[in-house]
Amino acid sequence: MKVTVNQDKCVASGQCVVAAMEVFDQRDEDGIVVLPNAEPPAEQADDVRHAAAVCPALAIEVQD
Amino acid sequence: MTSTVNPVDERAARAPEFPMARAAGCPFDPPPALRDLQQEGPLARVRLWDGSTPWLVTRYADQRALLGDPRVSADIHRPGYPRQAPMPPGGTGVSFILKDDPEHARLRRMVTAPFAIKRVEAMRPGVQRIVDDLIDELLAGPNPVDLVEAFALPVPSLVICQLLGVPYADHDFFQDNSKVIINRNVTPEQRSAAHGNLIEYLDGLMGEKIAHPVDDLLSGLAERVTAGELSRNEAAQMGVLLLIAGHETTANMIALGTLALFEHPGQLALLRDTDDRRLIASAVEELLRYLHITHSGRRRVAVEDIEVGGEVIRAGEGLILANDIANRDPGMFAEPDRLDLRRDARRHVAFGFGAHQCLGQPLARMELQVVYGTLYRRIPTLRPATELERIPFKHDGSVYGVYELPVTW
Ligand code: SF4
Repeated sequence: MKVTVNQDKCVASGQCVVAAMEVFDQRDEDGIVVLPNAEPPAEQADDVRHAAAVCPALAIEVQD
Repeated sequence: MTSTVNPVDERAARAPEFPMARAAGCPFDPPPALRDLQQEGPLARVRLWDGSTPWLVTRYADQRALLGDPRVSADIHRPGYPRQAPMPPGGTGVSFILKDDPEHARLRRMVTAPFAIKRVEAMRPGVQRIVDDLIDELLAGPNPVDLVEAFALPVPSLVICQLLGVPYADHDFFQDNSKVIINRNVTPEQRSAAHGNLIEYLDGLMGEKIAHPVDDLLSGLAERVTAGELSRNEAAQMGVLLLIAGHETTANMIALGTLALFEHPGQLALLRDTDDRRLIASAVEELLRYLHITHSGRRRVAVEDIEVGGEVIRAGEGLILANDIANRDPGMFAEPDRLDLRRDARRHVAFGFGAHQCLGQPLARMELQVVYGTLYRRIPTLRPATELERIPFKHDGSVYGVYELPVTW
């Protein structure tokens, strides 16, 4: 699984962090999404897909 | 006469009034007329206070698509925008929630940092203390008592005051003024005066923060004013928005949610008997979905023609996205009218969707988790002190809830 995020679209809602704490993080200055690990392990796949589904800005893309 | 009327005009002429009334016996359910419209089709026309007839969007999937669609604008100054009430005389400045990108994003990003998940989590122990102290006071005070005054309103007010750096001692002043602003039945002059009072108050505070910045959100804005990134008036507007949004909505969720739980004792027992944070978090999502206290719909205007379900919304036409009925869309949630704290309700649109999704949602969620996870455990015999029929509901506000909730234990 490969994840990409679009920081220009992100509105810093943090929903992705709530859904998949190990995969997504937020920048200290403005809460914009950062991605410490763009290729999360399979056991986190469901959480990551959920993060993409709840992201209000549609800023998360997931490729299997 | 009928022969010259085209079908679009005819539909507008038949458009029902919006907002619609709830059924007397079902204070937690959206108006029955909204359900009927949702079943009939994806789009309807409704008539507003000013005689305009914007489109009403009732289904979950359409709302999410439209709220994320760049052909849809949140700019209240565009012709065709479906206003909730007359514009105050002389107009007032508007905060970023009624603007589009890039201006919206520029301003919003100045206040997003304190609402990041880790920052909000760091506030959790402080919120827990606030909640525990208020419950101690509640238990030591008169019984029965109004839960709204004694608990539901103080919790979020204390929290937002701390976060912004507003003296809580002034809470009567800003609560009274914000009550006027969110009441649909006041005159434009009254609303304008209340808004003016709050702007003046925040502007004064901003002056203090510019002179003596400390570690709070308003001081952060003050630094941007000093740096020339933000005007002092923009900063005051943002302060007013955060202050009102920070306490009204959460307070209503606490009181209305408690009343809904009283009506569903089995569900209340789940919260009373658990300290499982996952269950509490899931319960909060379900209460947000089920109650959906912002019941005037999200307001937008089309900037290009947009096709929805085979019909075309024309550029310049207004849109109302009724989130309350979207959260009860059977196409999205099984048995949507059942309150089920164990269901996965996380995809609800109680906080909206798209670029304007509620900025304060991480804070609201955390506060509600602390409240719902503490109140019934600490006061297991908490119950209503009056009948449901006697409880005054906020049918007239832009935020739904109860004016009073007498409780006993
Ligand atoms: S959920 Fe989307 S908008 Fe929110 S922080 Fe993550 S990427 Fe940004």
